[in-house]
Amino acid sequence: MNCREFVDFLMDYLDGTLPDQQLTTFRQHMDDCPSCVTYLDTYRETVRLGRELCADPEGPVPPEVPRGLVEAVLAARRSERS
Amino acid sequence: MTIPRNGAEGPDDEGPLLERLRRGEEAAYEELVRVHAGRMLAVARRFLHGEEDARDAVQDAFLAAFRSIDRFEGQARLSTWLHRIVVNAALMKLRTRRRKPETSIEELLPTYLEDGHLASPAVEWRKAPQDVLERAELRQLLLEKIHELPEAYRNVLLLRDIEELDTEEAAGVMGISPGAVKTRLHRARQALRGLLEPHLQRSAP
Repeated sequence: MNCREFVDFLMDYLDGTLPDQQLTTFRQHMDDCPSCVTYLDTYRETVRLGRELCADPEGPVPPEVPRGLVEAVLAARRSERS
Repeated sequence: MTIPRNGAEGPDDEGPLLERLRRGEEAAYEELVRVHAGRMLAVARRFLHGEEDARDAVQDAFLAAFRSIDRFEGQARLSTWLHRIVVNAALMKLRTRRRKPETSIEELLPTYLEDGHLASPAVEWRKAPQDVLERAELRQLLLEKIHELPEAYRNVLLLRDIEELDTEEAAGVMGISPGAVKTRLHRARQALRGLLEPHLQRSAP
């Protein structure tokens, strides 16, 4: 397995869906290629940071709903019903 | 989606509010909007650049929710249901916008030598900060870099990694196959990794 194939298989490896035969060669490549191990670590970190920092509940939820939005929604409801 | 997104209340606690909504009680609608609009706006802002578009998407989402409140069975949390609706509303809003010329995803993916080895070795990243302000800066950087991804890839990454829809759900709202979701997600993550690398590598200031 070369680096290109390693990167191609990386998501399946992280999802635990890599077939046994590819898993063996995937791990062999990890033993031989420190750069790909770093690639794997930083790919995983990219996903983790997104989930941890951008997804709820830590995401930037406005402390208050912007003025006018609640009223606009309720007014739109009234006009839709009338 | 199984992750609770808003407070500790379970669906059982939402029963009385749901009943009031189904009776058409005006105050109940206002309560629903006041409680959920902020978080829904945060979701819409992740998909849409303009504040006005994000607010419009929230409004569209609430109107869609009001229209189908009778069909909401109360098995999921209201927040989870509203989350899905605002994601759909934001994607719908994106479809009505003229697409800007975008960077090709190929330019953001790793390059390889003829023998298949990485052309530039991956470098280690520093540890993620614990400090609140530094984390806020990193969050801002992440959101900026996510917005640099071509739209089709950005949306899949947002749906799967940030909004935490599963592959089938993301395929449904995007109108593409689950296989296409997986392929795009993998490329989007690689591209985002590449965009973050100059900022997060150990030697970076």
